[in-house]
Amino acid sequence: MSVLVYTENSDGKFKKSTFEAISYARAIADQNNTSLTAISIGDVSKDELALIGNYGADKILNVSNEKLKNFVNQAYASIIAEAAKKLGAAIIVLSNSFSGRGLAPCLGVKLEAGVVDGAVSLPEQGEGKFRVKKTAFSGKAFAIVELTSPKKIISLTPNSYKIVETASKASIEDFSIDVKPSDFAAVIKEIVRSTDKVSLPDADIVVSGGRGLKGPENWGMIEELAGLLGAALACSKPVSDAGWRSHSEHVGQTGIAVSPNLYIAIGISGAIQHLAGVSSSKVIVVINKDAEAPFFKVADYGIVGDAFEVVPELIKAIKEYKASA
Amino acid sequence: MKILVCISNVPDTTTKITFTDNNTQFNTNGVQFILNPYDEIALARAIELTDGGNGPVTVINVGEVNTEPTIRKALAIGATDAVRINAKPHDAWFVAFQIAQYIKANPYDLILTGRESIDYNGSKVAAMLGEFLDLPSVSIMKKLEIAGDHATVEREIEGGKEVLSIPLPFVAGAAEGVAEPKIPNMRGIMSARTKPLIVIEPVEVKTFSEVISYETPAPRGQVKLVPADDAAKLVSLLHTEARVI
Repeated sequence: MSVLVYTENSDGKFKKSTFEAISYARAIADQNNTSLTAISIGDVSKDELALIGNYGADKILNVSNEKLKNFVNQAYASIIAEAAKKLGAAIIVLSNSFSGRGLAPCLGVKLEAGVVDGAVSLPEQGEGKFRVKKTAFSGKAFAIVELTSPKKIISLTPNSYKIVETASKASIEDFSIDVKPSDFAAVIKEIVRSTDKVSLPDADIVVSGGRGLKGPENWGMIEELAGLLGAALACSKPVSDAGWRSHSEHVGQTGIAVSPNLYIAIGISGAIQHLAGVSSSKVIVVINKDAEAPFFKVADYGIVGDAFEVVPELIKAIKEYKASA
Repeated sequence: MKILVCISNVPDTTTKITFTDNNTQFNTNGVQFILNPYDEIALARAIELTDGGNGPVTVINVGEVNTEPTIRKALAIGATDAVRINAKPHDAWFVAFQIAQYIKANPYDLILTGRESIDYNGSKVAAMLGEFLDLPSVSIMKKLEIAGDHATVEREIEGGKEVLSIPLPFVAGAAEGVAEPKIPNMRGIMSARTKPLIVIEPVEVKTFSEVISYETPAPRGQVKLVPADDAAKLVSLLHTEARVI
């Protein structure tokens, strides 16, 4: 048995969450004294592919062909499943990204493998048991899931496993597989990517605004703060429901769950549904004029004050800090 | 057009999650169960697409008899009829397998789920159904339009969106943006009582995953408050103490 990791790229570049998945898969391979193979699909340069070795993969299977340049769920799943069969891989790791969420269940069915989605730590193994901790109840709890199938699929929650660099290098091998035409039934018409924005699910820092900001016209300072910190923008449900911001920024139980290093909540009271989506943030900062806001109970740092006064001061302080650093 | 909407019965979003029996069982005591919010979106879009007459919207649930109030809610919102597969929803594999068997015997033009259920957050049933039925699937769909035998679907990607053209039938998980949830009216509530709800028994299937126990997140320490006029102190704490900037 060996371990296979799917290395997702975005426009030919690997993302941080991909390196996290490789590091995580390396640790699982070490737990089982076996090798780690990576599979990359799409148009990725040799220099970019070489990065995979830095995180502990022994070998890279490179699937490159014009039809597969962009992510096609069914086709990618077929290729990864075939590679797993050829290699005799028993454990397949991928990131629980938007694409990973489509791939993992397809792989599960194709390989008759149990799937843990949204894993947050390494599996506990021993005495024939294989248990993985994952988020449940939208971040309000964790579930320990035991996989009982010989083959196992694990998708890793972004920002939940630390990247480990190694001194190793990986060999690159071209790999090709015939994919059945029906796997290409869904045709991509357009890809719209806002390149100037940091993607929310895998951001290190998130700046989030709530109803306390009073209206969409007041987001300028939130955007400025996020820009200074290299942070992704987020918002609470009332804000996206009111159409002030896009649904894709809604963090919470019925939106996106995030686990950044730093979550800054501005003018958000902290309803239980919102807290569910941010509970795995490492550090939470709350700025709210209501000292009784429930968000302060789960915050690490807080400022009780009017966002319209505090945020400009904070922007100034960060600029000064950056100038002195 | 025949649309099937797969629905789950989940704890209300305001529920404080606790466990019993040495953290091995979810404590349902006093918990209100609701129609999964994302399934409500899927159902609302299905009703819009059939516009009150253009083909049935069937809802299907894998659950025991206690899920019937949630199924009736879906009928009150506007589903035509309902199917309950009489079993505990053991895991996504089990649920998708059961629903796939039903669809093989009763084909639909479009199969919708929510992007995830808010209890286990797996996002797995849509893609597994697609695999079991050899149909295309989209796990997190932000928009759905249908023209003739093709759909235009927007899929969420990191930092953007992807627009896909997909031939019917296919499977997709609805997210926010697909439709606004519908609130049942009095006529809907009255008619829901008499709409058909058939109960079928599950088929036998092997499953591969088991929830062993639960944990709740570690509580955070006391919040450290910084005076409102000293933002510089916050920046310094984030740099030197928390080490996050």
